[in-house]
Amino acid sequence: MKLREIQAILAAEVFTGADKLDLEVEAGFGSDLMSDVLAFTRGRVVLLTGLTNTHVIHTASMVDAVAVVFVRGKRPDRALIDAAAKMGLPLLGTKLLMYDSCGRLFRAGLKGCSGEVLEPK
Amino acid sequence: MNEARPPLELTIPVRAWDFLAGGDGAARVRQVLQQVGFPPAVIRRVAIATYEAEMNIVIHSQGGELKAQITPAVITIIARDTGPGIPDIDLAMQEGYSTAPREIQEMGFGAGMGLPNIRRCADELAIDSMPGKGTVIKIVIYNR
Ligand SMILES: Nc1ncnc2c1ncn2[C@@H]1O[C@H](COP(=O)(O)OP(=O)(O)OP(=O)(O)O)[C@@H](O)[C@H]1O
Ligand SMILES: [Mg+2]
Repeated sequence: MKLREIQAILAAEVFTGADKLDLEVEAGFGSDLMSDVLAFTRGRVVLLTGLTNTHVIHTASMVDAVAVVFVRGKRPDRALIDAAAKMGLPLLGTKLLMYDSCGRLFRAGLKGCSGEVLEPK
Repeated sequence: MNEARPPLELTIPVRAWDFLAGGDGAARVRQVLQQVGFPPAVIRRVAIATYEAEMNIVIHSQGGELKAQITPAVITIIARDTGPGIPDIDLAMQEGYSTAPREIQEMGFGAGMGLPNIRRCADELAIDSMPGKGTVIKIVIYNR
């Protein structure tokens, strides 16, 4: 799924990375615990979170996330947007809550990262 | 990559409670590995392990440093801090165990997954800690 579709499904605002909306996203991951993100993401993910600090964008960069979506109307400050822009990491924001955001994306066909837990090899 | 070249060494200071600069060390190591052209899967493991070790110094210690030693065959990360040390390493290694205070948890830390993540990413891991003295974590990841 393209980042552009994710933006449309979540009616998301783009804080930075408007030129990168054609990037392909393989899976989604929603969490406010960044070590869980580091532990369990697989492939090129979009990270949904309610936190807006540097820990989030550093974590996203370590796992090569395609983009970060801030849920429940959380807005990053200017410094965070600038830092993400420098990394080339798109930041989006939706007013939807975490569960609703993830649910909409999943319904639209974006899978999660539980694959190796649930699917037989 | 030329095997005969001396290892590339980076030393990066890490300050306690500096959440602005915290993570820059791992980002720098990752950038160097990308420039040298290591495989993405190897870079990812090094980046995650280094970031977890760096942020543990930021949130749990009085400060320290990261050392990265990079050769074509193996990447070694040494994270060293000056205290307070880890009293029970087996307990600290358990998934979900965390002493992160509330205000730190609100920043997205405290899953108790950092050390388990490091173990998962590392080919070799040695943790040496002396209560009151400090902690040294040695992470070895082979390029294969
Ligand atoms: N460098 C360190 N100095 C002192 N104590 C440490 C250090 N690193 C880890 N610890 C102790 O080990 C515990 C577990 O560490 P771990 O990285 O697994 O989880 P965490 O840092 O609490 O949470 P997370 O990494 O998931 O955000 C910590 O809560 C802390 O008590
Ligand atoms: Mg940790």
